[in-house]
Amino acid sequence: MTIIEVKQLTKVFGHDAGRAIPLLEQGMSKEKIAQELKLTVGVNKAEFSIEEGEIFVIMGLSGSGKSTLVRLLNRLIEPTGGQVLFKGKDVVKMNPEELRQFRRKNIGMVFQKFALFPHRTVLENAEYGLEVQGVDKKKRTERAMEALHLVGLKGWENHRPDQLSGGMQQRVGLARGLANDPDILLMDEAFSALDPLIRKDMQQELLELQSRVKKTIVFITHDLDEALRIGDRIALMKDGVIVQIGTPEEILIQPANKYVERFVEDVDLSKVLTAAHVMRQPETVRPERGPRVALQLMRDSGIFSLYVVDKANKLLGVITAEDAAQALKDNKSILEVTRREIPRVYPETLLNDFFELISETHLPVAVVDEADKLKGIVIKGAVLSALAGNAVPEGEGS
Amino acid sequence: MDIPKLPLGKALEWLENWLTTYCGPLFDFIATIIGGMVSAIEGALTFLPALVLIVLIAALSYWIGKWRMALFAVIGLLLIDNLGLWGPSMQSLALVLTASILAVVIGVPIGILCAQRNAVRNTVTPILDFMQTMPAFVYLLPAVSFFSLGVVPGVIASIIFAIPPTIRLTNLGIRQVSEELVEAADAFGSTPTQKLVKLQLPIALPTIMAGVNQTIMLSLSMVVISSMIGAQGVGAYVYRAVSQAKTGDGFEAGIAIVIIAILLDRLTQNALKPKQR
Repeated sequence: MTIIEVKQLTKVFGHDAGRAIPLLEQGMSKEKIAQELKLTVGVNKAEFSIEEGEIFVIMGLSGSGKSTLVRLLNRLIEPTGGQVLFKGKDVVKMNPEELRQFRRKNIGMVFQKFALFPHRTVLENAEYGLEVQGVDKKKRTERAMEALHLVGLKGWENHRPDQLSGGMQQRVGLARGLANDPDILLMDEAFSALDPLIRKDMQQELLELQSRVKKTIVFITHDLDEALRIGDRIALMKDGVIVQIGTPEEILIQPANKYVERFVEDVDLSKVLTAAHVMRQPETVRPERGPRVALQLMRDSGIFSLYVVDKANKLLGVITAEDAAQALKDNKSILEVTRREIPRVYPETLLNDFFELISETHLPVAVVDEADKLKGIVIKGAVLSALAGNAVPEGEGS
Repeated sequence: MDIPKLPLGKALEWLENWLTTYCGPLFDFIATIIGGMVSAIEGALTFLPALVLIVLIAALSYWIGKWRMALFAVIGLLLIDNLGLWGPSMQSLALVLTASILAVVIGVPIGILCAQRNAVRNTVTPILDFMQTMPAFVYLLPAVSFFSLGVVPGVIASIIFAIPPTIRLTNLGIRQVSEELVEAADAFGSTPTQKLVKLQLPIALPTIMAGVNQTIMLSLSMVVISSMIGAQGVGAYVYRAVSQAKTGDGFEAGIAIVIIAILLDRLTQNALKPKQR
């Protein structure tokens, strides 16, 4: 379900900025408007929609208008034109009280430099959003504590922000954003001020957190790796214009124009693409079907091995055509000939991390989740073609 | 050709007369409040015997500062008492405290308005410059004609002279709260009042206190000038010593003022600092 729909959203900075709107609609360029009207176009007719529960990354270099764009969503910056529809209601038209309620209940924010209140303890910081809503002390402490536990800050409630490391401070920022349980969380370069190792941890934790709390997250970043790692979809911005919106894969494999292409050309795909990107549907068989059926299945689909799974799709092992034939001859069951020691990876494992595994095995690599359920298989050819996909983008042929 | 002299002084005198004639009741009302405040504070300060009050002030100094400050309070105040200046010192202190309290009560809200609206700041700033640079003697005169002689015009003149730092530093302190913090408060749906009370004032507090400290010091510096229009207190001793060329008396009264000044300064400066002993 669409939670936020942005239509023709525009921000022009300067005196009487509304003048620029008709000109932008006629297609006048940002440079020309700067020259003739002395106005700065921050965001130019942005148009996108965000689905409930996704991580939507807005990415661009500094000055591309991404921080302005995210502030237009909760009107920390007043839009000059266009609409922001939250579940169909136009945020731009809200009166101050409606806007306040919208900010309190529906949309939280995490800031680049944390923006923690230095005179308040960690707990009081996390409580802030609830406090301004007038939630009573006991209840807000309870919910703020929950949020602090969620981000792993149990035991730090009574410290001051300046006693914490950068990574921990941003966890407080995150807890503050989550405590009033908003539908949407805006994260403005939330991890950019952290050093690289902490940053990677935080990205991982954000993904884990997201899988638990299922928030819609709008994440701003200038870092392509970060965007590719955490984004379900990415909007790429340049000079206030959104130049492409797509999944990380689409951005990488089918760059919309030269700009995006240049942007992504240095990306090491093996560190971006995961097993989930290259896996395909496995052919499976349940043990009780017997070796004869297994052989028939292999013959029908022209392959030499089948994955053996139980009723719950839990991976038991693999059976090859030879094994099946042997079992048939010896009158054994499938389970008796199943090879159980087979290579497996998780869907989120990066290609880079299982090159070795895949080169050492003759069988495809099985992709399983934490419960060992079979999600797919990866064959060598798929990995190679995915990596090659970057070198020769579709339709570009060189 | 000669340009005639502008009748600026005449105009002001006319205004002064007009105000005295038509706003008399208002001035009487203000005079009653200020006079009442001064006598109440003075009464409170002289209600207890000097020695008891000295112990109390020393305890306060110890609680706020260090033992050295408490020691200074004991020695300094005992010296004042010994010089026979306790009564007049308390009179002056009452004047200073009244002027300072009123300056803060009036100044902080004005400072907040200045911080919230550029238009207010742009109007108030030149007025503050005017108030601070105009020689204090000059506005003693209208103060006397509005409020007659005594402690009240002294308090009024002290407020006018001493209020600018409170206003300026309140404005500055609030404006110094970082943009990101203000943004964060907004992003979580704070009302302007919540933003002020929960974020801006607490963070601006040390700066505001620096302004309050300045205000107290400036109003203390008005003690002698106020005595010229009939305000009682240790300032009057200095004034009398000066007019009679009695160096010794002047020095003694001066010392009393210095001791009070140092005490007030240290107490207000340390009031907000984390305890360190």
